[in-house]
Amino acid sequence: MSTISAWDSAKASTIIDQFKSVRGGLLPALHALQHDFGYVDDSAIPLLAQAFNQSKADIYGVITYYHEFRRAKPGRHVITVCRAEACQSMGAERLLDDIKKRLKVDVGGKTADGQFSLEQVFCLGNCALSPAIQVDGAMHGRVTVDLIDDLCRELQA
Amino acid sequence: MSAIKIYVPNDSAARSVGADKVAAAIAAEAGRRGVAVDLIRNGTRGMLWLEPLVEVATEKGRVAYGPVAAADVGELFDAGFLLGAAHRLGHGLTDDIPWLKSQDRLIFARLGVTDPLDPDDYLAHGGLDGLRKALSMTDAQIVAEVADSGLRGRGGAGFPAGIKWKTVQEAKAPEKFVCCNADEGDSGTFADRMVMEDDPFLLIEGMTIAAIATGATQGYIYLRSEYPQAKEHLDKAIATANRLGWLGDSILGGAHAFHLEVRVGAGAYVCGEETAMLESLEGKRGIVRAKPPIPALVGLWNMPTLVNNVLTLASVPAILAKGAAFYKNFGVGRSLGTQAFQLAGNIKHGGLVEKAFGISLDELINGYGGGTYSGRPIRTVQMGGPLGSYIPPAHFHAAADYESLTAVGAIMGHGGIVVFDDTVDMAQMARFAMEFCAAESCGKCTPCRIGSTRGVEVIDHIVAGHKTAENLKLLDDLCEVMATGSLCAMGGMTPLPVRSAVTHFPEDFHKPATAARHVA
Repeated sequence: MSTISAWDSAKASTIIDQFKSVRGGLLPALHALQHDFGYVDDSAIPLLAQAFNQSKADIYGVITYYHEFRRAKPGRHVITVCRAEACQSMGAERLLDDIKKRLKVDVGGKTADGQFSLEQVFCLGNCALSPAIQVDGAMHGRVTVDLIDDLCRELQA
Repeated sequence: MSAIKIYVPNDSAARSVGADKVAAAIAAEAGRRGVAVDLIRNGTRGMLWLEPLVEVATEKGRVAYGPVAAADVGELFDAGFLLGAAHRLGHGLTDDIPWLKSQDRLIFARLGVTDPLDPDDYLAHGGLDGLRKALSMTDAQIVAEVADSGLRGRGGAGFPAGIKWKTVQEAKAPEKFVCCNADEGDSGTFADRMVMEDDPFLLIEGMTIAAIATGATQGYIYLRSEYPQAKEHLDKAIATANRLGWLGDSILGGAHAFHLEVRVGAGAYVCGEETAMLESLEGKRGIVRAKPPIPALVGLWNMPTLVNNVLTLASVPAILAKGAAFYKNFGVGRSLGTQAFQLAGNIKHGGLVEKAFGISLDELINGYGGGTYSGRPIRTVQMGGPLGSYIPPAHFHAAADYESLTAVGAIMGHGGIVVFDDTVDMAQMARFAMEFCAAESCGKCTPCRIGSTRGVEVIDHIVAGHKTAENLKLLDDLCEVMATGSLCAMGGMTPLPVRSAVTHFPEDFHKPATAARHVA
């Protein structure tokens, strides 16, 4: 996540151009924008609308439909906690509460220092090693709050 | 002496508990001791409670050690694990471990055996046998073979694959598509992920056979975004397959063309519903389409489209290579072949159990699974994902096949079994089912969109002890409306976990009234 750059409309246009002739290219374009900038800035909406020959409302509708697309810059590191049934059976709800308290952040928010974003997800596919979380896309299993402390220290070091 | 082969899985579940650190520690320790080792990052064997599972190739076969922590590595070297010596973490020959040996690994035959991204390893272990067989047959013969095998859709609906294939094959259109539904969002399931991370060429081969049989020239794998490593492995495997002529304009040098691409979802559970998935592939909101028309006739960009789950397509190469007659020797009644059962949640020995349909739930949960991880009694299991019923231990005698599960009010779904111990609050789980539906509903139909929100509220009243009997009746009415009036399984099956929780665990829904709340 540390490689994300500040929003840049010219760069965004270049990215979007790569996908405008791809069939069904809107989602790949949004993923590419989020990959580079960490989120999809609202100023991308008219650019996307023009590239894909759709209305701005259509584009807005797609961005806001999917849980994954962010409309604001996330923290430097993103912690995603699984809340699906298998993880719940191993105490995921308590784990999530503990993480919220440690980081002083709610689901969907980021810490005051901008270091961490906390997100929730329903299933990471690591259900035999629950509870599971992802940190910057890397999966962790049998997670305890102590492990979270260690991970946060490692990331901030 | 040549380098000793050591296997450390590169599967994301194994990595989630430290496989990378173990691999690094082994390389470092071998360097320090001046021992030549050939470190291979294989897939997982599916014995996830033993991960990271390290294997050493010996004259007698591969010897397993696990779960290995990086701190154990020095000790393993001291004990002589490079020669397969005994150790407290040792399990003897991997292939002789009863948990693994007793399985029917047809589809997952290569799982953990091979390096997932090595095409030579794939070929050395039966890879492309199915595709080569298919290329020697007519498209109608391939479809007939799949139909004759009795293969049913593994995504959850259990629809006969042969009928779907035949419909697409017979459709006349300028272009046809094969779409693999890899939006494995059900809690308790990870078999699709294992195919894609640990044997990606298998899915490519299955899709290519499907394309040849149906006349499709373009394929898409619609992959959930929560699986970044599956994306990485699929992309690499597709690039290799293109380079080797397994994909492209001339499959294995023949007349068939097939191009394949991975498309990534964006965290919408409902996109696992096939028509919502097609909308999403087209770059739109993943809103469910009304059926008919069926996607087999009017699918992606209104063209005939074969939509199958990862495991369905992954079953095809074995069916072609070994024949329908061989495949349907496994299983019972109308549930033929093998199922990838996934043991998950609060379970001692979690992982992948591929067995013929018909094994009892008890054998899976208590036999293979070994009971709970916490050591407490099992209260219930949820089978088939978040839209599956909660099953009480009294029904564990049921056979795990489509029909027997239906008979006890449960579903097979995608084969995931999530175990809960006796600390679970079933009213909370019922509430969660409604909450999940409210969060994930596409919003097109009212029973699902509104019903799920009302469902959360009604359960809150029940839990608070307000007019319990009336509200339980209201909840049942609501479930009836959702089950019968929803456009797809999202709203249509959310009542399964809710009603099964109420039916089997009524005590959790009858609590003394709390004073602070107002009554609806």
